Amino acid sequence: MKGVQVTEKVLVSGNPRLWNRSVGRYPYCPGCQHPLMERLLAEVIDELGIEDYAIGVTGVGCHARLCMPLDIDVVQVIHGRAADAATGIKHALDGKPIVFTVQGDGDCASIGSEGFLGACHRCERISIFMLNNTNYGTTGGQMGPTTLMGQKTTSTPEGRTESDGYPLHVPELVATMRGVCYAARGALTTAAQYQQTKKFIRKALKRQMDDVGMTFVEVLVACPANWRLKPVDSLKWIQEEVIKEFPLGEFKDVDKT
Amino acid sequence: MERVFIQGNEAVGEAALAAGCHAFFGYPITPQNETFEWFAQKFPKMGRAFVQAQSEVGAINMVYGAAATGKRVITSTSGPGWGLMQEGIANLCAAELPCVIVLVQRGGTPGAPSVQHAQADYLSATRGGGGSGYRNIVLAPASVQETCDLVQLAFHLADKYRNPVVILSDALIGHLMEPLELRELKFDSLPEKEWAVRGKGQQNDKKRRYVTFAAVVQGREPYPTMMSFAKHWYDKVEKMKSEVRAEMTQQDDCKLWIVAYGYTSRVSKEAVNEARVQGLGVGFIRPITLWPFPEKAISEAIEKGAEKFLVIEDNIDGQMIEDVRNASQGKAEVHHLGLFARHLPTPAGMILPHTVFKEMKRLL
Repeated sequence: MKGVQVTEKVLVSGNPRLWNRSVGRYPYCPGCQHPLMERLLAEVIDELGIEDYAIGVTGVGCHARLCMPLDIDVVQVIHGRAADAATGIKHALDGKPIVFTVQGDGDCASIGSEGFLGACHRCERISIFMLNNTNYGTTGGQMGPTTLMGQKTTSTPEGRTESDGYPLHVPELVATMRGVCYAARGALTTAAQYQQTKKFIRKALKRQMDDVGMTFVEVLVACPANWRLKPVDSLKWIQEEVIKEFPLGEFKDVDKT
Repeated sequence: MERVFIQGNEAVGEAALAAGCHAFFGYPITPQNETFEWFAQKFPKMGRAFVQAQSEVGAINMVYGAAATGKRVITSTSGPGWGLMQEGIANLCAAELPCVIVLVQRGGTPGAPSVQHAQADYLSATRGGGGSGYRNIVLAPASVQETCDLVQLAFHLADKYRNPVVILSDALIGHLMEPLELRELKFDSLPEKEWAVRGKGQQNDKKRRYVTFAAVVQGREPYPTMMSFAKHWYDKVEKMKSEVRAEMTQQDDCKLWIVAYGYTSRVSKEAVNEARVQGLGVGFIRPITLWPFPEKAISEAIEKGAEKFLVIEDNIDGQMIEDVRNASQGKAEVHHLGLFARHLPTPAGMILPHTVFKEMKRLL
């Protein structure tokens, strides 16, 4: 728990209005940055004034309970299908709600790759927020679609090699698609990065509110338990290694698809 | 009352409209394309949702999302797409989300798949192919009118039990053209779906909703423990078992009874009528709900003197025959007439009335 507290103290103070952390069991490991994403979403939803018609969708993985403490309507679907469920919600409610998914890298870009690419392709008016911790956290740290070259995981014990394929760059990929109007990648290791990521998330939701097109934001998050690193060292590893592979910034930003 | 001359597959659309269905999600697959295209052509113009999904996996999970909003929603598919939907159906059951899934069966002969008719999905429709041991009502229409009526009933039952309901049709019933009376069926009123997500501000109590297939894992009310959910599930399945429907004719002293659903029930009925003309006593049972299976109809037939059952279903080794055998509890012989009795040894071959009649005479 120490790592989490340190991270939060460095970055923010107080609880946002829509962030009710007493809901459900607290499922995260020490130093996990998922709660920070909870907080960020709670702040952005409040700032945009969309709590009455925002609907969050999660899949299966460490992110699965991420929307639970948010004081908005939430749907949880099976592993990899959040983009599909979000599509169903948006259409069934005649395009009225603001629908976003929170998914892990495995949930979104591996098992759910068909779903999120289909949504991008059809220009669904939804937002996908993909948390990239470069491995499968819930199942004990296996290789994910975004695992770095050379990174040791429980399924790449000698480190990821070329025979395991290469890390997937999702915002860069979806930026090439006409149905996507906004694609960005942020991180949460410093207060400045937190503010930048918050700006990306806010912009993605704003584009959806303006009915422009599909929006996608990847967020790099620490996974100290599976990286076998101390929470503080995990942040350093993101800053020194992960960002080299996954550069931060906006890859596409248009107000018309 | 308006009468139209349409296909069984199009009748699905008319029924969905009559039932107030708001959204369709699907993927092209023969032999259900007329259903898919009906929704593509009609729904967007009516301000309702139609989405061509990237696959059946996508379609069934779009159904999940749409069903979570409380709107009535439907999808339609055939064998291979049905296979892809299994995971989604299991989780619709687990999340207790109502929806209607139309399965238009096609040739499922192992090693020689075809897009023409067959009745090879009985077991996977009634038992389910997804994980975790779920149940869903399966309704089997045998005409265009019945397709329209049963789809409307399916929407009602889905909402009543908060569970997916499957319509098990086949390529012949789906492509059959018959006159259809466009009648809107009336059912008992059901409670408001206060559990549905709409956006917190749209809820009467302004409180958030949380729809999940993993209520137990999340430890959420009203089922905070595994056993409390298991008990709820058990009670619900027991109630669903009361929805048995079957057609039964010739209930007097018959030694031989025919059991068939879908297209083979139409064929068999003709053979049974021919038998009556010739003075042969043959009973006839057409299960309308395949799950729950009308076991009582079978035991009633045995009480009335049935010694043999002949199950007519167009597949290789018999599927519904397992339910008939189970219900007859060893008190009668159970025979199967299937794919090998087709009039042509090709995917276009059919089981025809005179073949059924011949088999009946052989068994009498």
